Amino acid sequence: MTKVSMTVNGKSVSGEVEGRTLLVNFLRNDLRLTGTHVGCDTSQCGACVVHVNGEAVKACTMFAAEADGAEVSTIEGAANPDGSLNAIQQAFQDHHGLQCGFCTPGMVMSAAALLKENPKPSEHEIRSYLQGNICRCTGYHNIIKAIMAASGQDVEQIAAE
Amino acid sequence: MYNFDLVRPTSIDEAVKALGEEDAQPLAGGQTLIPTLKQRLAMPTKLVSLTGIADIKGVCKTDDGQLAIGGGTTHGTVAKEAMADFPGLANLAANVGDPAVRNRGTIGGSLANNDPSACYPAAALGTGATIKTNKREIAADDYFQGMFATALEEAEIITEVRFPIPEKSNYQKFEQQASRFALVGVFVAKYADGVRVAVTGASNEGVFRWSEAESALSSNFSAEAIDSLSAPDGSNMISDLHGSGDYRAHIVKVMTKRAVAAAS
Amino acid sequence: MPKDTGIGASTKRREDVRFLTGVGNYTDDVNIYGQAYVHFLRSDVAHGRIKNIDTSAASGMPGVVRIFTGADFEGVGGIPCGWQITDRHGNPMQEPAHPVLAQGKVRHVGDPIAAIVAETLEEARDAAEAIELDIEELPAVVDMKAAVADGATKVHDDLENNLCYDWGFVEENREAVDKAIKEAAHVTTLELVNNRLVANPMEPRVAVGDYNRADDMSTLYTTSQNPHVIRLLMGAFVLGIPEHKLRVVAPDVGGGFGTKIFHYAEEAFCTFAARQLKRAVKWTSSRSEAFMSDAHGRDHVTKIELALDKDNNFTAIRTETYANMGAYLSTFAPSVPTWLHGTLMAGNYKTPLIYVNVKAVFTNTVPVDAYRGAGRPEATFQLERVVDKAARELGVDPVALRRQNFITEFPYSTPVAVEYDTGDYDATMDKLQEIADFAGFEARRKESEKRGKLRGLGINCYIEACGIAPSNLVGQLGARAGLYESATVRVNATGGITVMTGSHSHGQGHETSFPQVVAEMLGIDASMVEIVHGDTANTPMGMGTYGSRSIAVGGSAMVRATEKIINKAKKIASHLLEASEADIELKDGQFTVAGTDKSVAWGDVTLAAYVPHNYPLEDIEPGLEETAFYDPANFTYPSGAYACEVEVDPETGKVTVERFAAADDFGNIINPMIVSGQVHGGIAQGVGQALLENCAYDENGQLLSASYMDYAMPRADDVPFYQVDHSCQTPCTHNPLGVKGCGEAGAIGSPPAVINAVIDALHSGGHTHVEHINMPATPARVWAAMQK
Repeated sequence: MTKVSMTVNGKSVSGEVEGRTLLVNFLRNDLRLTGTHVGCDTSQCGACVVHVNGEAVKACTMFAAEADGAEVSTIEGAANPDGSLNAIQQAFQDHHGLQCGFCTPGMVMSAAALLKENPKPSEHEIRSYLQGNICRCTGYHNIIKAIMAASGQDVEQIAAE
Repeated sequence: MYNFDLVRPTSIDEAVKALGEEDAQPLAGGQTLIPTLKQRLAMPTKLVSLTGIADIKGVCKTDDGQLAIGGGTTHGTVAKEAMADFPGLANLAANVGDPAVRNRGTIGGSLANNDPSACYPAAALGTGATIKTNKREIAADDYFQGMFATALEEAEIITEVRFPIPEKSNYQKFEQQASRFALVGVFVAKYADGVRVAVTGASNEGVFRWSEAESALSSNFSAEAIDSLSAPDGSNMISDLHGSGDYRAHIVKVMTKRAVAAAS
Repeated sequence: MPKDTGIGASTKRREDVRFLTGVGNYTDDVNIYGQAYVHFLRSDVAHGRIKNIDTSAASGMPGVVRIFTGADFEGVGGIPCGWQITDRHGNPMQEPAHPVLAQGKVRHVGDPIAAIVAETLEEARDAAEAIELDIEELPAVVDMKAAVADGATKVHDDLENNLCYDWGFVEENREAVDKAIKEAAHVTTLELVNNRLVANPMEPRVAVGDYNRADDMSTLYTTSQNPHVIRLLMGAFVLGIPEHKLRVVAPDVGGGFGTKIFHYAEEAFCTFAARQLKRAVKWTSSRSEAFMSDAHGRDHVTKIELALDKDNNFTAIRTETYANMGAYLSTFAPSVPTWLHGTLMAGNYKTPLIYVNVKAVFTNTVPVDAYRGAGRPEATFQLERVVDKAARELGVDPVALRRQNFITEFPYSTPVAVEYDTGDYDATMDKLQEIADFAGFEARRKESEKRGKLRGLGINCYIEACGIAPSNLVGQLGARAGLYESATVRVNATGGITVMTGSHSHGQGHETSFPQVVAEMLGIDASMVEIVHGDTANTPMGMGTYGSRSIAVGGSAMVRATEKIINKAKKIASHLLEASEADIELKDGQFTVAGTDKSVAWGDVTLAAYVPHNYPLEDIEPGLEETAFYDPANFTYPSGAYACEVEVDPETGKVTVERFAAADDFGNIINPMIVSGQVHGGIAQGVGQALLENCAYDENGQLLSASYMDYAMPRADDVPFYQVDHSCQTPCTHNPLGVKGCGEAGAIGSPPAVINAVIDALHSGGHTHVEHINMPATPARVWAAMQK
């Protein structure tokens, strides 16, 4: 076991981990931050996307020990400081961008990473960026719409709700 | 996963030393290795993470006009920083995996693994790149030795890859629909002294150069030059759920034409 | 009435807040103090005889609590099947035993052989590797037709052969259908495969068994669409635990799509092991494990013949289907190719004679059961493909051929034993032609041609039977359960309402849409109504969520219970208002004496019910809580028309979906936003089936598509925005809400539209020899089809 320390959602945390402990397991099991989900074991579904030092990564494909000293943000830290939904979260609710909610944390974290580097992405750019986030419920329609809306684009013209 | 010790050296020397131990294995971005470990298909006693070694990260142009990329540079960084000098390579990097994978996966890791469907091997072979390690320099033509096999020895780490910058180049990836790896990927690079064409995803032997296309394009760099060629032999190409060897062979030809047409 | 929260309002979903902030409570988020972890050692061969399992070395490994094998389950019940089919000859289907852990033989890759319970999951996995297995590999039975050939290896030694049943429907029509086909002016024949799929909800299955020795109570937390059904099946048939000593909780569930209906061995194991070990036992499936342990879907091989007269009227349909059951009968497996498939073979058309034959076959593959649509997509696909092919053979417009044969008068009794209550198929087709912009198609096709692409337009009509189902009817058809639903409406003293429903929500938004109904009925704001579901400890009974039944059956139960509440509340109000009960009106949350300005507020009545100082105690009991069970009188029959436009890259065979439109008739609609979302998701799954998804086995029974590396899930860039419309509404005549259900329509309606579009595109490019392409129409398959 080795000791790791990192900042998660602005708080300093530390814990003892094995070499094989994945970041996602450290978050879920040690920190009880269960908002980050595991939907596959081949690094494809994206339910586990968190930000490490400001970049989107798959927490199931990174060891906790590799995040030693890093700034980690998860879905639990995504809301506004007053607890209200942030712009992306609010747009997901407004545009019905989630159903079962399991992929949602990863979707929101990926969307946040996208909007950071591309504040007004096109439909095509959003679809392309989300290749690593699989949703089985929504058919993506309302996720794309929500991200466009969160980026301040007019989505009224997009095909029926 | 079987358990292992994970160490994060900050220099190549420390990493090499750590790799000297029995059953130690390097860990680059881990985007392929970690899923493999989850399936318990590998059993290292020690993983030596290369992500803490600052010396092997970054993209720069060398004095002799090549593009040098540190072995520990992520696909995401290559996509951004190679764009001005070598858009063919930057665009390839920009389509490896997905954004989160590109933020972790590295060029060195990809080349060391040499997955038969990975993209980078096509760029390295298609440009005649030089793979620099902590021990030596290896020409791409000598480096790739079949599926998942390379010239790398134990405890040998890719520190840098040097790409001769082509006049024009392009990479066309025809994706396997599930994994989004290359069902067929073709890298075409035009140099003053000739054209190189490297194909990934298709062959049972791993990445290879399509020499007929190279000679045809060397005398006439146009998509039409490919029209007159027959597709490469499909009999030794990968045949699976996603396409037969003959289909892959056909796609090699189509993607080569498209890469030539799109080369810039 | 606050119109933003009642029936018909696109109320934003309240459950979203917890999912968007990471505080949902999925089963894997449930951890019980002191829990152990189980890893299942699964067969890596498709078929084999277990000669020996030596766990002695493994048992001594670090952290191992106990290792269970099939021997530990002798005397314990097997996993039951909930539906018995009677074959063409009047005999019951062949029904094999399905032990929790393999006994004697392993029958598919993934069949659990041993369960290793340890302090940590990795220790359990370590120990699994130390178990010494001696398994004699047997020839694998994979191909269905080979499986039922004479002399085929038997999957189950104690059965006569690999044929589960040979079902004919309607058997009495058989000869008349044969004759009609013989005498027809034209017969179109098509042989096709409905590809095997894996449902793949994003949340893998999880089970946590717990046991409290103080009160001898077992609790199972599980990823289920129907916790009460699991309690019934597992308690009564597997473990012998009475219902009052067994609690099943399905908390937030991350999608189901059918595959979380069924009772699985892992659930029974965790509950059993927790009782044995006196501590909680947790199992979390990995995705790789899910591919070989979640019930698969579809997997039919079909020949269909459509007979037409000289005026292109449909005169008869004959189909022969081989339906894969896999190695064991999953909970509802036998009903899918029969009662959920044969009864839908009339589609939207007034074909007078229909005969459906289905041979259900055991193979050495993962069990196959209901997946979104379940039987109805298979019926629709073959019917709508053969109609399209007929139109092409006859040189007539596919829309016109469909319209000519549409059922136009309702109620309509089909020759396959169901009665459609309402519908207007011309209306949905009209709406489709408008929203899909048929008029602009030729211009779009020309534009595609300029870019070297072949564009095709495919259409499809569908009818489905959902709102499953009238209990007395399904009982006659072989169901071993009733299919009603229950609801308890508990009005609290200060007027807030808790509704406990047996309909489980795992993405469908019940927590938002159900309160809209109650709010509308009472004239109060929906925020005063809370939905509780998913726990047998707090809901009277529930048959769960599948077959697009939640609002039609569960919603109706809630309406009935709310009506009882209103009746009682009016009695209380009449007492408070000193007026006759008959004169009391409920409007906007106020009870008023008709024709006067005398009224009493909702909250005053509810308070009186619980503080009965001024109360008619001699006539009615205090309190305001009612339960209702609702058993539907018929299925509901949503219908619609779908259009897909694809581009085919003629050089590679790659198909891209450019446009997709869906015009559905779901009857009345509670929350249009949620309904559209259901259709979107169904379309993506249908597009996935048509173009991407393929669960494939090799001839040795090895699963070739065993992870997302080889099983292609639809991703954001595989689909376009969809144009969906549900303004055509012919309300259901037999449930109180006039609703029909919308959960499966997209997955039923879309695959034929996609394939019809691909065929249309290829024909437009001169590839007129291509009559059919089996799903998924991958680039390699489309390209191969184009080569003569």
